[in-house]
Amino acid sequence: MRAKPLFLMIAHRSAILAYIAFALFPLYWLLKVAVTPNDLLYSEGIRMWPSRASLEHFDFVLRHSAFPVFFKNSLIVSGSTAVIVTILASLSGYALSRFNFRGKYWLVALMLLTQMFPLVMLVAPIFKILSPLGLTNSLTGLVIVYTAFNVPFATFLMQSFFDGIPKDLEEAAMIDGATQFVAFRQIILPLTLPGIAATLGFVFTAAWSELLFSLMLISGNDQATFPVGLLSFVSKFSVDFGQMMAAGVLALIPACLFFLLIQRYLVQGLTAGAVKG
Amino acid sequence: MDHVARQSGLPAGRTPLKKRIADGAAPYLYSAPALILIVTVMLVPLVLGVSYAFRDIQLLNPFSGAYIGLDHFRALAEDQAFYRALRNTLWWTGASVFFQFVFGLILALLLDKPFYGRGLAQALVFLPWAVPSFLAGLNWAWLFNPVVGPLPHWLYALGIMSEPNNILSDPQLAMWGPIIANVWWGIPFFAITLLAALQAIPRDLYEAASIDGAGPVQRFLSITLPFLAPTIAITILLRTVWISNFADLIIVMTNGGPADRTQIVASYIFTQAFKRLDFGYASAIALVLLALLLAYSMLIVILRQWLLSKD
Repeated sequence: MRAKPLFLMIAHRSAILAYIAFALFPLYWLLKVAVTPNDLLYSEGIRMWPSRASLEHFDFVLRHSAFPVFFKNSLIVSGSTAVIVTILASLSGYALSRFNFRGKYWLVALMLLTQMFPLVMLVAPIFKILSPLGLTNSLTGLVIVYTAFNVPFATFLMQSFFDGIPKDLEEAAMIDGATQFVAFRQIILPLTLPGIAATLGFVFTAAWSELLFSLMLISGNDQATFPVGLLSFVSKFSVDFGQMMAAGVLALIPACLFFLLIQRYLVQGLTAGAVKG
Repeated sequence: MDHVARQSGLPAGRTPLKKRIADGAAPYLYSAPALILIVTVMLVPLVLGVSYAFRDIQLLNPFSGAYIGLDHFRALAEDQAFYRALRNTLWWTGASVFFQFVFGLILALLLDKPFYGRGLAQALVFLPWAVPSFLAGLNWAWLFNPVVGPLPHWLYALGIMSEPNNILSDPQLAMWGPIIANVWWGIPFFAITLLAALQAIPRDLYEAASIDGAGPVQRFLSITLPFLAPTIAITILLRTVWISNFADLIIVMTNGGPADRTQIVASYIFTQAFKRLDFGYASAIALVLLALLLAYSMLIVILRQWLLSKD
């Protein structure tokens, strides 16, 4: 009887290990090529670790390429998007959580609809609208577009956090003479801080990853976000794998940091219909 | 008066008119900023995009813009590249969803019971979800590249490939590149959702079943699967729509090539708008895609009604 559970346990652990290996291998390879000096990259073939590691690619990328600018642009865009979306979504999420009002059903339906239809069909009209306003090739234009794309899902996410807070709290405050908005700001919002942090994280990662609209809307190098910069780098200097992968590792860092932040809320985020699958 | 009414919590009928209006407007004020933004940045362009489908709109041609009726759709009906993209979309979506679901379900089952180091294992296997899609695409494109990537050499060593080539440039195999990247990237999504559903199953059901002598397979088939079924159905349906619209990986890895073998409808729309700057034709294709997705959703709703009425 003892032998079978032990066998099962070994099978279970090896299956988990296989999954971990599959999940991490591409990222490991990215890091490996990024630290392989150029002379070893081609001579040593596909070794698991180079005989000599160096940070020369990172050094080059940080000091002699435009990647720090791309990185800064992406930080600005993703950070502002995350902050604005979280403010708007906590207001609208609060409305959905606490009020019953005429048109609520249509508001929810509209927000669900925006999660379902192909965003790629907005690429051309949005370009046409933003172009005369001077908002193409501008980080502001990108922030506006990303904010709109992320508000619906963030609203549902914030709503789920508000739903978890008992209504009695603000009712008590309102009996004490506070208006509902004061109760919302001073009592409910502080209690939702973890939810706010999670929403910030989800929206930041979504904005950090967005590709198609930044490709379409941004053309100049000084306004390019990280994905645009990386892709143009790939097509221009497609020989220097070490530098590209060093840049890739840089793009991974904020994503991983925010992943740690939102890890506990993944389920809630995904069921709220996270834009970034 | 206002103050007194609120202090004593009198019934709503006694509150002054001004406050009643303010209370009635509150939910609209809370949701107005979000709503205005969604309408102006998503709904208006959507309607505009529909109108583009019937117009000749080319970004670089200042004389374009005239209404041309159904010309785009006539062109589309003859467009072999579009039909190929339609077939590729089915293949891309079907294979991606299938493998993401199967591997995601296995992973969720593996992570369901507590074991030493589960938290860490969970964080590591879910990490691909956090990788930006453009980076996931580039990363896998590099893995498939025989110059820096190990995969062609391994496939060659295993005798699967006759020489270490890049499968992304092989018309027969190219679609597998984005599909594999997509599976890698999407397994966590299914695993996270299914794991949450698994953990919501009451544990005493399993105990009761094993006291009654049910084996593990029987317990899986008669408890786990029925409980998971609604989550599985909803997740697969939503993911199908989402993945068929998901062009990032393809645009990054193959850009639709070689010879349009990996072009899906979503990436075809983007190519028309981004490379050819033919906004009218791109919008016409987008409208067809939207109609197909609507038809698919309707089909699901009808199917669900039919299943419910059968019980």
